[in-house]
This record gives sequence, structure tokens and C-alpha cells, in this order.
Amino acid sequence: MTQSPEHQVPLWRDDRFWKIALQVLAVVVVVAIASLLIYNLNINMQRAGLEFGFEFLDNQASFDILDSVAPYNVPEETYSSIFPYSPTDSYGRVLQAGLVNSLIMMVCGIVFTTIVGIIVGVLQFSNNWLLQKGSQLYIEIIRNTPLLLQLFFWYSAVFSQLPRPGDRLELVGALYASKRGIFMPWPATSPLMWVSLAALIVGTIGLIVLWKWRVYLMVEQGRPGKAQLYGLIGVAIAMIVIFCVGLGWAFPQELTLDPSQFEARDLENFTACVAETYQVSSLAPPLGDEAIATYPKCLQTGNFEYGLRLSLEFSALLVGLVLYTAAFIAEIVRAGIQSVVKGQWEASSALGIHPNLTMRLVVFPQALRVIIPPLNSQYQNLAKNSSLGAAIAYAELYNVANTTYNQSGRPIDVMLIISVTYLAINMVISLSMNAFNRAVQIKER
Amino acid sequence: MNPHPSFFFVVYPTDLNPNMTAHTPTSPALPPPDVRPTPANWVKQNLLTPWYNAAITVIVGGGFLWLAYGFLLWVFTQAQWQVIPANLAIFTAGRYPDESYWRLWVAVGIIVTLAGISWGVVARNVTLFSRNVLIGLGVAAVICFILPIPVVPWRSLVVFMLVLLAATAWIGQQLGKKVPKLGQYTTFAWLGSFFVYLWLISGNLGLEPVKTNEWGGVVLTVFMAVVSIAICFPFGVTLALGRQSDLPVVRLFSVLYIEIVRGIPLIAILFMGQVIIPLFLPEGMRPDRVLRAIVGLTLFSSAYLAENVRGGLQSIPKGQEEAAKALGLNSPLTVSLIVLPQAVKAVIPAVVGQFISLFQDTTLLSIVGLEELLGMSRSILANPSFIGRYSEVYLFVGLLYWIFCYAMSLGSRYVEKKLNTGH
Amino acid sequence: MRKWNSLFLSLLLMGSLAACATPPEPAADGEEGGAEGTESVASSSRLDTVKERGTLICGVDGGIPGFSFVDEAGDYSGLDVDICKAVAAAVLGDPEAVEYRRLDSTERFTALAGGEVDMLSRNTTWTISRDTSVGLEFAPTTFYDGQGMMVRADSGIESLEDFDGRSVCVEAGTTTELNLTDKMRKAGVDPEVKTFQQADPAYAAYDDELCDGFTSDKSQLIARRTTLSNPEDHVLLDVTMSKEPLGPVTINNDSTWFDVVKWVTFGLIEAEEFGITSENVEEMANSEDPNISRFLGGEGDLGEGIGLDNDFMVNVISAVGNYGEVYERNLGSESQFNLERGLNTLWTEGGLLYAPPFR
Repeated sequence: MTQSPEHQVPLWRDDRFWKIALQVLAVVVVVAIASLLIYNLNINMQRAGLEFGFEFLDNQASFDILDSVAPYNVPEETYSSIFPYSPTDSYGRVLQAGLVNSLIMMVCGIVFTTIVGIIVGVLQFSNNWLLQKGSQLYIEIIRNTPLLLQLFFWYSAVFSQLPRPGDRLELVGALYASKRGIFMPWPATSPLMWVSLAALIVGTIGLIVLWKWRVYLMVEQGRPGKAQLYGLIGVAIAMIVIFCVGLGWAFPQELTLDPSQFEARDLENFTACVAETYQVSSLAPPLGDEAIATYPKCLQTGNFEYGLRLSLEFSALLVGLVLYTAAFIAEIVRAGIQSVVKGQWEASSALGIHPNLTMRLVVFPQALRVIIPPLNSQYQNLAKNSSLGAAIAYAELYNVANTTYNQSGRPIDVMLIISVTYLAINMVISLSMNAFNRAVQIKER
Repeated sequence: MNPHPSFFFVVYPTDLNPNMTAHTPTSPALPPPDVRPTPANWVKQNLLTPWYNAAITVIVGGGFLWLAYGFLLWVFTQAQWQVIPANLAIFTAGRYPDESYWRLWVAVGIIVTLAGISWGVVARNVTLFSRNVLIGLGVAAVICFILPIPVVPWRSLVVFMLVLLAATAWIGQQLGKKVPKLGQYTTFAWLGSFFVYLWLISGNLGLEPVKTNEWGGVVLTVFMAVVSIAICFPFGVTLALGRQSDLPVVRLFSVLYIEIVRGIPLIAILFMGQVIIPLFLPEGMRPDRVLRAIVGLTLFSSAYLAENVRGGLQSIPKGQEEAAKALGLNSPLTVSLIVLPQAVKAVIPAVVGQFISLFQDTTLLSIVGLEELLGMSRSILANPSFIGRYSEVYLFVGLLYWIFCYAMSLGSRYVEKKLNTGH
Repeated sequence: MRKWNSLFLSLLLMGSLAACATPPEPAADGEEGGAEGTESVASSSRLDTVKERGTLICGVDGGIPGFSFVDEAGDYSGLDVDICKAVAAAVLGDPEAVEYRRLDSTERFTALAGGEVDMLSRNTTWTISRDTSVGLEFAPTTFYDGQGMMVRADSGIESLEDFDGRSVCVEAGTTTELNLTDKMRKAGVDPEVKTFQQADPAYAAYDDELCDGFTSDKSQLIARRTTLSNPEDHVLLDVTMSKEPLGPVTINNDSTWFDVVKWVTFGLIEAEEFGITSENVEEMANSEDPNISRFLGGEGDLGEGIGLDNDFMVNVISAVGNYGEVYERNLGSESQFNLERGLNTLWTEGGLLYAPPFR
């Protein structure tokens, strides 16, 4: 910088000098602060006798975590998490289990929140006044209250107030809810299920290909594409059949009390229950099959086998996250649809295109371009907000990490691990959304 | 409200009817249609046609009514609201010492006075007490009398505040007509008054000092939110400028900071702020917990704010910068006088949205042990006399948050509208 | 593309931070000079910091009646709180010069390591791993406890074996969390364990019947039972799942400060053995007995050895009394809990409290 050719310009008025000086200054300041902090960290850690390193990940964790999404395991006859973990496993393993729980929450959350968000967003254009105002009311309430408060509300005031196992709620014999969790049907693991699952995936790809083909024929060649339509319908029906039958849905089965094995205490409880529920104060002492037929409600235990068990923590977090994020997505969808200029509708209908097709082929693709970038950040928000599950005892990554660092005494190491993990998760979301975004952007030729 | 058809009920927008263009001359003499339909017509149009709409109305309306009935029934018969009035002071200010409570009221009084004057100044050319405003004030007064809160000091002071608001608004209006610069003075008064609040709340300089671990409830929430918002704005703008800068090193640092912070959950950042930051500081240097919370919130929000502002910066045409350069302005002046004002104006809604979420994010501090509004309500819920009163407490606290956030978004819409007239 | 760059760079930075954090350790020692490093550590003991500050910052739980409980007015009371007061009285001469900081079980050790608090007095169990790898130093046990299990009386649970398929609530980051899994494994049952980061929500969940049992230190269960909605509906199972010696904690490598906390705690026990109470401490100070006189600073210079006034125990005892008084006031006959002293009696009466001689 001393070799400046323009000697008449003093150094302090030379733009180029300032540019370099500023950058050097920035580097110096950042490096100085960083090294000061790390120096302090060293001193403090030495003082406290703490160490840095990741070897502790191999040590035995010896604390248990909650199985949140637990399908029924037939050979072991319990509901157990899809990612097996026991307290004898290592810290590394328990962190992975937390990560799996986090990922389940993120995937379920993103899927459901997208559905709810789009529906609510579109309902704001409904010509039914009630639906329109109702969806706006929902958005205004949800967006203006803190998520954590909503989670506490769902967990403490709603899901924790479910009835005791014995009085569990029931929905058409498929869905049960009590303080013990939510029990729902789930495909039983079998070779047939995997075959069906593969068939469903192939079918989905087939559907997309057929759909694209049909649109291509209709738009580019002006042909009706009837054959493809029938193909589509056929594949769809086949997939529905496979979905219903081939997956081998196992419904939760309640384990009822067996009157033949009643002990004195059970009999007491049963009598009390009958007296309360059926207003029958005196029971005939020999309890046979007729008792089961007459007082089925008092033989309920709220314990089940088969199907899938969702913990209340999972359910509360899912409901809270989905409803919260959906309110934001609804606003994004509304803004997206509004951003498509009216002329597009008019031009489309001037060309004689049916309104349904206009929405699908003209307006929605354009709205999508406006919708996707903010949607990306909402998905990332949902992923990060899933860490609030720690506040309601959902065993997700942050929660498990908190326990881990505390039991192992490694705060810095554990925080570094989870920071990098969340960064990576957000990058994955961001990259895939960006790829999707590129696919729907206007291809300028 | 909007002419666009929906996914579900697709209808032709009426003005697109091709017949209309073909037969325009048929009825030129007709008067414009009555724009205010009769209630019956309105119901018919908005709720009952076509037939499936009627079905939806019945189902959805029934659902709403059922929910509303259940909710009201609960509110008036089952809910045990005594937990709210019994803990009103704790909700408001936590364990703030009783003998210093008057200082909070003085602070509120100053805020109300300033708000009244600002309102009067803004509305100096319109009727101040329009029907809506009167209704609003009336409702506030009635609510204050219905609520079972202690008369002294709460009820009397709240009424006093309402009267003060109305009085100062009137004074502000009258003064505003005479002193045209009053608007600017009030802006400075708002800025300056912050230090008065700080002094009133924390004490020292002649007042009994109150340590920050005695702050709590709404006072702590609002304090942390306001301070964080005030600090994170310049930070965010700096970061945004850094990210757009043509100095590679500055850009790199800004990008790194923004992307790393945006990739980590706030709760982890706050946790690091509360628990891990002390490990990075020299021994004996232990910043106050509230201060650390504010630092955590600020560091987090400024990264998001930077992205909002960046959107605004990118929306400013390059020509603006070039024109400024051509006029001989140097880079700092170009940025601060030409680019930034336009950029910030363009992103006000997004920035206010960010402020609202910052306000909501203060709740996360309850997880790291600060007793702000949500944390305070949780310790009230742990009190044996109020165990199990979740719904009442959470609804009440939710309403408080809702009022604050909704007021902010209303304000943002107002400012947006005002600024838009410039174009 | 920019995203990729930033991802890469952020990982790079993280990596370098991580890398930097380990190697400079010897470097810091070497360059700064081992002598200077150790000297600075030795010279800046917590004791000086506390004296300079004029207040003691004490980490407590704040939610366990009898140990440390903060009432609606913000006043702290309990056995753990009295230990804080005793240390403050010894060091600063004023039992009220304490700033209490409520800490979760998960944040307590980091708060101590980061210097956030001077000492913990927060029902912390003494274990080897905490003493070594977590970097703590345990002062003498102030309460010998055992882990218990609380269940609803009508639940039909009578032993740990009944917990198969049931659920247990526990606070995260505690030794009880670890013992629970060990004991259940030994009993051959697999209950569902709900872990809460904070104590209040954990007890609230138990109160809401989200779990069938709650496990913690027995004394804590008895104390917290009083804060449930129907205390009489809950019983403690007749099992002791572990040894839980609870006591104050300081940070490693600061023996000056650790000695203060250690000997103040021993002093409370020794005072009970000598029969010195808050009422008779003034007259005992003039005692003929050389042991008592030395203990209370009448002769010798025991206090100077640990950087305190010689009569520091007089301040302590007149502030909080001896151990027996502290116990009776907070947990024993003068409290709502009326807990038997059990193991927490002097060794002369068959208990475990034994203070080394003050000489």
C-alpha cells in the first residue's frame, strides 16, 4: 500500500488503504477476542480440573430416556423405540437416540405443518365468511403468543389431563388415549410389509411419471390424455388397496383383566368400579363370563399390545409445533397467492382454461416461487424449535445433551457437538429447499 | 375480502364475465348498486350460497358454537380464577420489594404520559376522542372494575392511568398545534426516558438499589425485550452491511456469524450465555444474569434481523448508489444517507415481525432460570395452594403476551401505512 | 453455493476452535511460566474474592422445603440455606451477606465451574466421578440420605418389582437418575423413565399422574410431598435404593476455599458435640476447657490457618446454632416434617456425624 502510484492522495484519504486496513483490523479484532476467550477457557478449565475431548462418548451413559414413538415389539412383548437404547450403552449412543427423536419430530412436524398451513392459508380466500374469519382468528391468536407457553399449555393443561388408563378414551376401536400415552394402529413388521412398502414407493414414482406425461400431452400436444388418466386412477386404486391391506395394520388391543385370576384386591377394585360406573352395589360372588359381558368397562386396564404408542410428550410437542408453525405458513401461502397478479387469472380464463386448471397450472406454480424461500426458514425454525421439547420432557437431542454434559461434566464438548449437529440439520433442510426452489423457479431460456 | 377464488370453491371472478364486455351499453343509466347489503343478503351471500357453503356454515358454525359454549362454561363456572388476583403483584414484578413498588408505578406513569402526548401529537389534526376511542377507554375502565383486583392500589391506579392517558393526549393535541416540533421532542423524550426507567427500576443514586434477581414478571420481560430490541437493531444493520460489503474478510465474518447463529436453537444459545460464557471470561468477571440474557437474545436476534435488512438492501436499485457516488458522496455517507433509509423502510414489517418474535423468545429464559413472566407463572403453579391451575394461569399469561404482540403488529401496520404514502 | 461455503467454513471454524482448545494447555503452562500460572491460581482463592465482594454467592435448589425453600416474600430457609449462612458468618461475619442463586440439577456444576457461585449447598450427592472427573470438591456430608420411591397409595405398587410397564418421574442430572436404572435392572423390570430438566415440572407431572412413581432422596420426597395437591394420598415405598451423602460442594484446585467450607461444616458438628448452642456460645467462649476455648478462638490461632478470624466459630454458632439446632429447626421436631435424625446423629450417639479434632 505504500507503493501507491497516486502520490498526491494522502494515505488516510485513499479508499484502497482503508479497505485493506479495515479488513486487517477485523481479522486482528476477531482473532484477539477468540484467543482471549480460549485462553480464559483454558485457565478456567484447568482451575476446575476439566478436560476437553470426545473420549467420554464411549463411557457408559447409565441413564434411561423415554421411548417416545414406540411400535409394539412382538417378540419382546413391549412397546420399544425404533432406535434401541439401554442405559448400559454409551453417551455417544444416547446422543444418537436423542438425535433420532429430534429427527422424527422434525419430519412429522414439517409434514403436518405443511398440510395444516396450506389448508389454513387457502381458507383465508374462502367465500364462506365463517371459514375465512375463523382461519384469521386462528392465525392471530397463535402468532401472537409464545411457542413455549403454547407447549406448556398443550402438555400441562391438555395432554396431562387425559383420563387415567382405566378410563381411556376410545375412537372407533383404533385410537386410544390416556395418561399412559396415545395408542394407534401401525403396520406390523413382516416381509409382506416391506414388499408393500416398496410397491407403494414404486407406485408413487409411477404416479408422478404418469402425471407429468399427461400434463405434457395436454399442454404441448393438446391431446386429452384419457389413457393416462385411467392409468393414474388404476395405479391410485391399487396403491390404496396395498396401503390398506398389504401393510398389515396392527390395531392396538387392550389387555383386559381376567376375572378368573382375580385376587382379593382386584375384586375389591372391580366391585368399587362397578358400583361407581354402573350403580350396582351388590355383585354375585362367583364372577364368570357374564361379568365380562355385563361390566366391560371395569375390566379395562389401559394397557395395550400391538400398534404404536406415542408418548404424551411427543404428542404435545408435535401438536404445539405444528399449530404454531402452520400459522406462519398460512400467512406465507396467503401472501404467495396474493402475489400472483390478477392479470394471470384473466389471461388464463381468456384462453378458455378451466378455473381449476388455472389454479393448478398458472397460479399455484407462480405462487410457489414466492412461497418456497420463506417456507424454507419456517422449516428451519421448526427444526430448531423442536429443541423446546426439552422443557416438556421430550427426549430430543438438546434434552439428552443436557443430561449428558451434566452426568459427564463436559459442558463445552457436548454443546459443541449439538451446535454442529443442529447446524448440519439446518443446512440439509436449507439445501434441499433450495434445490426444490431452483426446480420451480422460472426457467429463462 | 379478496376476489381470488380459492382452491376449494373455484368461481369465476365476476368482472371476468365475457358477456360484460360484449354488452356494456345495455344499462349505462342504472345507478351504482347499493354497496351495503341488507343483513339477510349478507348472510345469504357470505354464508349460504352455494349449497355446500351452507353445509360448511352449519358444520363449522356448530363447531365454533360448541367450542365457545364449552369455553364460556368453563370460564364462568369451573375455572378458579382466584390464582390471578392473588398473584397479580408477582405476575407483574416478581419478587420486587414492596416498599419500592411505587417506583414501578412512576415509571408506568411516565410511559403513559409520553404515550398520551405522542398520541395527541400524531392525531393533532383529527378528532381525538372519536367514537371508537371512547368505546375503547370505556371498555378498559369497565374491565378494570369487573376484574376482582384490589381497589388500592391497583384499581385506583389503573383508572388514574387511563385518565392520565386521556388528559395528556388532549394536552399533547393542543400543544402539538402550537409547537410544531413537539413530535421530535417527544421522540427524544422517549429515548431519554429509558434511563429514567432504568434508574427507577434498579435504584442507586438516592434510591434503594434493587438487585436484578429480584426483578421478575412482566417488568423483567418487557425490560429484557426492549433493551434487546434497541441493541439488536444497530447490530443487525451492521451485520447486514457487512454481508453486503465488498471487503471479503468482513463479508466472510458476517456470513459466518449469521449462518452459525441462525443454525443453532435459541435455547442452546441462551444456555451457553447463562452457563458456559462464564467459562470463557477471566475469573471474577461475572456479568449480571439479566445482562447475559440480554446479550444472548441480542446476539441471536441480530443475525435474523441482519437477514431481514439484507433483503431490504438488495431491493434498493444499484442506480441509487451510483447516483450518490456521482454526486461525490463517499461510501459511508452513501450507505447511511441513501441506501439504509430506503432499505430499512422497505423491511419495517419484517423487522417488527422479528421484534415480536424476540419478545416471545424471552419466554425461553424461564428454562435457564430467569423468572420472567412465564417463569414466574411456573413458580406460581408450583405453589401448593395453586397446584393444577394450569389453564387459568396459562390463558391469563397468554392473553398478556397476546396484547403486547398484537399491539406491536398493529403499530407496525400503522407505521407501514404512514411510510407508504411517501411513494 | 454460498450455503455450501458457509457450512464448510463454519465447520472449519468449529474444528479449529475445538483444536485450539486442547493444545494450548501445555503451551499456556509453559509460556506463561508454570510458576506464575500456579501462583495466580493460588493467590486468587475464592476466599479472597468473597471477602472482597462482601457477599457469598451460594447455589441452592430453592424448591425443597426443609432444605432450601424460597417463600413468596423471597426469603430463603432450610438446612442447605443455613450452611450458606454459616459460611458467610465465618468468612464475612454476617450470616445475611449471602446472595442465593437457584440452580437446576442440570446447571449446578457448570455454574460452579464457571465461578457463577462460590459454593453449592444443594443436596448434592458425593460420588467418585463427581469428585474427580466433574472437578468438584466435597465438603463433609451434612445429611446422610438414601434414595426412595414415592407412589400413590392406591396404585397397588408395593415394591420395585411392581414397576414393570409403569412409569417413573425423575429429575435429570441427578444421581437418583442413575441409581434408578441400576436398581430397576437389578430388579429385572423395565419401567418407563420420564426425565425432567427441572424439579417443579417433574413433581407437577407426578401430581398429574403422568407417572406412577417419583424417585429422589427420601428427605426430599418427604419434603416435596407436602407441596403436592393431596399429600396424604402418597406413600414412600419401604426401599432404600442407594446411599446419598449430601453436602456442600466447592470447585477443585482451590484448597484454601475448600478448607474454609469444610471446617465450617465440621465446626457445626463439633459444636454439637461440645454442647455449644447459639444461646450459650457467649459464655462458652470463656470456657475453662482448653478444647472449647481453642475451638471458639479464645486461645490458639486455628482461624488464621484457614484465613479467617480466630473466633469464626462464634460468629457461625451465634448465627445458625450447632448442627443439631440447624437440623431440628429445619427438618426435625421444630419443623413440619418431624424427621427422625436417624443416621444424622453424632457418632457418640451411634450416628455418622464425626468431626476431626480442632487443634
